[in-house]
Order: sequence, then structure tokens, then C-alpha cells
Amino acid sequence: MSAPETTNDAPVVTEDTRRLNMIEAINEALAIMLERDPDVIILGEDVGYFGGVFRATAGLQEKFGKTRVFDTPISECGIIGVAVGMGAYGLRPVPEIQFADYIYPGLDQLVSEAARLRYRSAGEFIAPMTVRSPFGGGIFGGQTHSQSPEALFTHVSGIKTVIPSTPHDAKGLLISAIEDNDPVIFFEPKRIYNGPFTGFYDKPVEPWKKHRDSQVPEGYYKIPLGKARTVREGEALTVLVYGTMVHVAEAVCEARGVDAEIIDLRTLVPLDIEAIETSVKKTGRCLIIHEATRTSGFGAELSALVTERCFYHLEAPVDRVTGFDTPYPHSLEWAYFPGPVRIGEAIDKIMSE
Amino acid sequence: MAKPAPKAASKPAPKTAAKPAPKAASKPAAKPARGKSVESDEDFALRSLQMAHEDNKRFDASDEQLLHFYEQMLLIRRFEERAGQLYGLGLIGGFCHLYIGQEAVAVGLQSALTEGLDSVITGYRDHGHMLAYGIDPNVIMAELTGRQAGISKGKGGSMHMFSTEHRFYGGHGIVGAQVPLGGGLALAHKYREDGGLCLAYFGDGAANQGQVYETFNMAALWNLPIVFVIENNGYAMGTAVKRSSAETEFYRRGTAFRIPGMDVNGMDVLEVRAAAEIAFAHVREGKGPVLMELNTYRYRGHSMSDPGKYRTREEVQDQREHNDPIERIKKELAERGKTEDEIKAIDKAIRARVAEAADFAENSPEPDPAELYTDVLVESY
Repeated sequence: MSAPETTNDAPVVTEDTRRLNMIEAINEALAIMLERDPDVIILGEDVGYFGGVFRATAGLQEKFGKTRVFDTPISECGIIGVAVGMGAYGLRPVPEIQFADYIYPGLDQLVSEAARLRYRSAGEFIAPMTVRSPFGGGIFGGQTHSQSPEALFTHVSGIKTVIPSTPHDAKGLLISAIEDNDPVIFFEPKRIYNGPFTGFYDKPVEPWKKHRDSQVPEGYYKIPLGKARTVREGEALTVLVYGTMVHVAEAVCEARGVDAEIIDLRTLVPLDIEAIETSVKKTGRCLIIHEATRTSGFGAELSALVTERCFYHLEAPVDRVTGFDTPYPHSLEWAYFPGPVRIGEAIDKIMSE
Repeated sequence: MAKPAPKAASKPAPKTAAKPAPKAASKPAAKPARGKSVESDEDFALRSLQMAHEDNKRFDASDEQLLHFYEQMLLIRRFEERAGQLYGLGLIGGFCHLYIGQEAVAVGLQSALTEGLDSVITGYRDHGHMLAYGIDPNVIMAELTGRQAGISKGKGGSMHMFSTEHRFYGGHGIVGAQVPLGGGLALAHKYREDGGLCLAYFGDGAANQGQVYETFNMAALWNLPIVFVIENNGYAMGTAVKRSSAETEFYRRGTAFRIPGMDVNGMDVLEVRAAAEIAFAHVREGKGPVLMELNTYRYRGHSMSDPGKYRTREEVQDQREHNDPIERIKKELAERGKTEDEIKAIDKAIRARVAEAADFAENSPEPDPAELYTDVLVESY
């Protein structure tokens, strides 16, 4: 409760601001919301006694008790369905689905109940809930522990989809998501829980503590949903990214000396289309990168929007670097992953037009 | 009576062959102990509610209460008949699932709730549950015709109606999907310590959805104040229960989760009410969930487009003639001294009420096109 409640902005970060990894930042956001709002309840597989497989809820049950933070059976549909009912009654549940790959049994509840309750009751009932779920690859999880299913949710009207890329953003976005009155899917890029993976998988990973975006202010602050972050400004090319790929894109542009403007979308729905449009109209070139499979991926939507809105400003066709249209492989993970080599080639191509 | 479908034929003493008939003097304890020679206390707890129901089968209604039940059931019947007509005239589009035949279930159960405290959630055959609450028939009918004045501004339609005032949480079109929500509502009652319970209805068809059992497990594990109600009308759309269900005695399906079951005649509003009081008292005492099977029968098709090929006309006719929940109470009213004229006057008043609702629904304007984009996301927070 240290920050003023009225502000939506994160406090100014200074050199002295302490550093956290993404897990610690998420844990802190959850603790703050449990403290502030007695209607906030955390439930999910292993989240209570054990503290979560990625430790995101570690210590919370101990501190806030078993009625606020509790374990559920392995019943994803039931977990999300129960959360919808709790939300409709006036609570603010934060269910965890242990891996995004496990969310499919709950898809019916998310699509037909959570997302649609407000519309079909003409605003009488809402389903405020934040489904936290680790997503994405890069950890040799194979096809059932590596997927990026964000486009399934952006396709559903009535749900917001949020994906942080730094500890600082993760905390502020998660607090916004929990306070939001709509159902929010909060996908956490698990590859960067402990450090900002750059895609150069043969190099040692830099821990968050050395990264500028790991400075996380204490107390309550929000980062509004629907506001993108300009990671770095540039004139030659706009790169649209989110999650893990923010760091890969930045490292590649740095390594190749490309004057790219990198935009971290932070939330896919609502989308900061103004930031995208302004940037692409300035640079005239647009590259979209995501880890999810290509066909009907969120990049297709971004490409369509950029083409519709910026067509006469484009110097080159909009391009996408994405995962392949295959299941997420185990042994060929780095061939699938849209890493530095493929991104570099795409940049060369788009700049040569 | 020509040979009706096996399950439905045996209603309302439906399961004579398969299980000990509750009507018989012998208690359901007569069911086989499945190899156990000595019954444990837990086994006893699982059927103690059913035994209590056997001992006190029918609710002792006052004249006033009986009359009220009659009026409510008749309102549902006439409302639904009118909805069927409006559908035929093209004024109601899409899907429309009528509650005709099942009236005693919603009226009997909901009359035992504490209004403004307890919550109710159901599937798509929801008109009767709303009317049983005393919700204005005008706004329900206007929802069916998709008008602005409808209870959900016409945006929900027949299957998706809600009322915050009555803590009625819908109205859900996906078979069984409302059941976990009911678990969440019950969890919220418990968390808020408000003393309320959730009544979660679903059908014999929905009883085969996996998420129902996820919810049974959680409700029992967390000792939630919830009453699961299976409205067993004998058919999951066009499939008789025997064709789709390995265990057709649905009240037993909570046993694996230690949820006590009750087998209730859903064609008699007084039996339903009596059973409801036992179940609700159990839940309110903090003893966890109860599963009630309400054996009932729908006279009309699953929806309006149902050709009815899966059962005989005779079977339906037999239920109408010998087992009708409204006729049963009408007869009792007469026995208690209500004159034919008095009963006719009630019928007339209800017909007038329904006609008014139909007029209202027909003459209300359609929603403004701008409503298409409202209530999708909450704009600000």
C-alpha cells in the first residue's frame, strides 16, 4: 500500500531500485493484491502448500492462509469454471494453470462462460479473473510443455491477453490484470523467468539481476493494459514483439547494428494499435516475430492491421518470423525457435527491398 | 399403453426392476452392500438423506402454499405453451427449450430457497426456473423474442437469461458447463460466510460430462454448500438414458465422492419440496454437497425442432394423463374444497397474464444496433 492508489503509472525507477527476477516480481504482485483486496483468491495445481512448480506462489499460503491460497485437483476445466462462478459472485480469483499447454480442457469454460457471461447477461454479471499460465518454449519441454497458444484467446472476444517481458512489467501488468473487471489470460514466458534469454542458446544466460528492466519498485503500481512499450527507438525498421522474443529481437538488432524500433506489445488484447501505426509510418518497414506457429498466429493479425493502416507508407512487404507449423519439437528445438539466424535473414531481406 | 421406452415407461416408479423402489416399505438400504458384510457409518451417511426423505415423503403444505404452487406451475405451463406458439409464428427464433412437464421440479425446489441469499444456476431449459422466482413474465418473453426490453436486452435469448436481483446466474447453453460455475458460486458463499447455498441444475445428458465430476470432487473436497440437481427427464435430446448412461440411477453418481444422493419423484411438487428441505438443511449445517436426482418428464421435444422419433406418442400421453404435476395438485385443491369456478378463475387470470407477456414481447422494439458492441469488455476499471 506504499504507492498512491490513484496512479496508474509505475514509480520512477532509479539506479537504487532493487532488482528482482520475473518470478519474484510475480510473487510480489500476488502478495500485494492478496493484501489489498480480500476478494483476491489464488487457486491452482500445487500453488498452495508447494508454492507452484515455478515457485510463483511460494510462501503465499503460509502468509495468507488456506482460504486465500489453495491447491486444487488436477481439473483444469473445473478450476476455470469454479473461478468463473467465483467471479460472477463478486470475488476476484487468480487461477494458475500450471502450463499453458494444460489450458485446453478449460477452453470451454474460458470461451463459452468467462468471455461471454457479460455480453449475454447484458452487463449484469461479469467474470473478473486472471488466469496465470507459464507459456512458450526454449526449455526442451517438447510439444506439451512449450506451446504458445495466445492466438486462441485473442480470437475470442471478451477476453484480454497479456504477456509481460520483464520483471518490472510483469508486476505492474499483473496488478492491472487482477484489478481488471474482464477475464484476463496472463501468459508468463517461462524461458525468461530467471533471465532475459536472447536466443543465443549456446551462450550463458544473463540473470535478471544484471538487466536494466529488472528494477522493480516496491509496493503497488500498475502498468495499464493496452499500452505498448518502446524498447528502443529507431528509424530503419519497426519490430513488433512480445514475451521472450523481445529480448531475442533486441539482441539481434544490437548484434547487427540495425537501427530498429522495437515495440513490446505487452498486451495483445487490448492492442496499442496507435503505437504500432505511428512507428511503422515513421520507419516504413515492419517485422513481426513470435514463437507460436505461423498459420493464424497473432502475427497474421498484426500483419493485416499494419497493411490496412500503413499500406502507403510501406517500403517493403510486412514480414513474419515465427515458429513452424509443426508441433513444438523436443530435439530440434533451436530449429523451430525463431532465433537470431532466422530473424537476421528476415531483417536483411526487409532492408534490401 | 403401447410399449414405451423402458426407462420412461416405468416412471414415476421408474426403476422397479433396477433398484429397490423407494415407494416400497423397504428402505433403500435394501440395495446390495456390494460385498461388504458390515455397513460403515460413511455408507450410512451416503444414504441417510434418502432415508429421511422416505420417512417424510410429502411436504405438508397449507392451503395457501398449495394454491401458490399450483399458480406457479400453471404459469410456467401456459407461458411455455405460448412461447411454443410464438416460435411457430416466427416471433421467437433459434433455440427454445420448453419446460412443460417438469414444472414441479423448479417450483418445489426453489420454494425452499432463501430468496436474496441462495444462488441458482441452470442449463438452457431455463424459462421455468426464472418464472419460479416470480420474475416478471414480460421481460422473460421479451428476451425470447430478442427485444430491448428483455431481461438481457435480447442479447442472451432463450438459453441465456440472468437476474442479479434474484441471484439467478443463468441460463447456460453449453451442456454441463454451468456445473463448475455452481461450484464457484458455492465456494464464494462459503468464503463470504453468508450462509447461502448454490442450487446447480443440470440434466441427465449433462450428467455424462467430465466437468461435472471435476466439480463433484472439488465440492466434496472443500465441503462446499451446493446442491447438485439432476433433472432426469429420461432423454438427452433424442437419446434415452439407457442408451447413453452406464449408471442410470443418477443419484448414486456422487457416491465415489462421498456425496449423499437422493432419489426424488419430480412429478409431485410436494415430494420435491419435502426432499429439498432435507437436502438444504444438510448443506446449511455445513455437511457439504448433496446430489438430488429429480425424476421427471418433458412432454414436448428437446427443442422446437425435435421430431420426437425416439419415443412413442403413447408414452407421452400416458405421462400427461396419469402423472401430470399440475393435475395432481389441481385434484388436491378440489379435495381441499376449492370449487371448479375458483380454479377456473385462476386459470383465466394466468392466461391473461401470459397473453399480456406475449403482447409485450411482440410489441417491444428490437435492440438498438449499437448494443452489438456493448457489454463485450468492461471499458474502464
